[in-house]
Amino acid sequence: MGKAQVIPFGPQHPVLPEPIHLDLVVQDETVVDVLPQIGFIHRGLEKLVETHDIHQYIYVAERICGICAFGHSMGYAETVERLMNVEVPKRAEYLRVIMHELSRIHSHLLWMGLAADAFGYESLFMHTWRLRERVLDIFEAVAGGRVILSYTLLGGVTNDVDEPMLAHIKDVLAGMKKEYNELCNAFLKDTSVKNRTVGVGTLSQEEAIEYGIVGPFARASNVNNDVRCIGQGAYGELSSFEPILDTDGDCYARVKVRALEVLQAIDIINELIDKIPGGPILNPVKGAPEAGSEASGILEQPRGEVYYYCSGNGTKNLERMRIRTPTSQNIAGMTMALKGCDLADVNMIVLSIDPCISCTER
Amino acid sequence: MGSFKLGRMTLRSLFKKPETVLYPVEKRYEPEGLKGHIAVDIKKCTMCGVCQKRCPTGAITVDKEAGTWTINRFDCIQCRTCVRDCAFDCLTMEPGYQKPATEKFSATETKPEPTDEELAEKARKEAEKAARVKAALEAKAAREKAAKEAEGQ
Repeated sequence: MGKAQVIPFGPQHPVLPEPIHLDLVVQDETVVDVLPQIGFIHRGLEKLVETHDIHQYIYVAERICGICAFGHSMGYAETVERLMNVEVPKRAEYLRVIMHELSRIHSHLLWMGLAADAFGYESLFMHTWRLRERVLDIFEAVAGGRVILSYTLLGGVTNDVDEPMLAHIKDVLAGMKKEYNELCNAFLKDTSVKNRTVGVGTLSQEEAIEYGIVGPFARASNVNNDVRCIGQGAYGELSSFEPILDTDGDCYARVKVRALEVLQAIDIINELIDKIPGGPILNPVKGAPEAGSEASGILEQPRGEVYYYCSGNGTKNLERMRIRTPTSQNIAGMTMALKGCDLADVNMIVLSIDPCISCTER
Repeated sequence: MGSFKLGRMTLRSLFKKPETVLYPVEKRYEPEGLKGHIAVDIKKCTMCGVCQKRCPTGAITVDKEAGTWTINRFDCIQCRTCVRDCAFDCLTMEPGYQKPATEKFSATETKPEPTDEELAEKARKEAEKAARVKAALEAKAAREKAAKEAEGQ
């Protein structure tokens, strides 16, 4: 065995969309230990509850992360609604879940594109992002923005989506599904993809439970922790919901879980559009949360379970706002998956947890 | 297993129109509800200042004394809060993004001086209102007087 050396990886690295630093201890091209370091993109967004009132903080919450923007505004709004005992109209709940599932599709397509780029399959990357544009176009037509939507309000949503628009969303998704199946075929059956992903960064079910990992990363190791199963909001109205699991726990299983979750999200959206009830879309929230009141909420975001905590102090501003994000949960599992891998596989494993450092550091 | 799984899609792309547009010669279609910039109908504005109070980034400044409504478009995050909360419907969100610039600047709208016709209309409305108030007061006084007389009898 050769001498152990430390190789720095990141925070600026071609494969990483966001800054995370890893100190890789390598011996003969094999990683023997990993020391992660975060703290390059901290903005102090949780502190801003002191200067922004409960309504204004929605716009801060959705700037926590560009990809999960809608999810964060939805999770924050649901938690504050629980804090203030506000009932959200049914139609607004449906619209929120439809938009949230659309953002899951765009987040997974973005990740799949980045993964294809990481293993050097440029045309697959381009085609994946081409499909993602269609979801962003839907966002633009519905909410007026492509990434930051500002669609959620406390007690509902900003504007209604009419029937022709809902039919248009279904049409776009039907067209997308056809092309997406071809992409899936490439992701799941192409030799060049399999060569880079099968058997790489394996994490067993026991390890996944021990390190407390969440989201598709855990589901690829056969740990069912999909919060959507609880049936909060419009998820409870689905006729059936089965989380997508895989038993292999390697990078290929993670690609597979995400690839199939996109198809599942398309089915969820189609079902909800068929079932969507009429009625109001906003139950305006007035007043301020009571002093000493506390509420928490969970939401399944594209990268996994996010936990929100709010407490009130009798004013328009919250006393405390806390978010626990999936990547902060997954970093421990990632370092374990990296141990014993080849140096050349590090980028694929790091990417396979879909790291979102902006969420983690806030 | 097998290679070239994406072959068919890639070959099809050879004979299709490009997905991208030739900006700036060609511009993307802008949907109706696109959040581009805030426009103000300053004539309708009453300078109440609700937009300034609710704006999460403090981009709007309303000066009632000077009759000006100012927006820093580089601070505006297009959240539509002011459009939703304006009681007089004088704010609208329109397509068209703010062009980039080397430094931040504000756009100011000044409430125009009322014309003679508008002044005459305002005076007429005030006179009508004063007449209504006077009539109401007289009616009230008459009712009270009648009630007292009824009590006296």
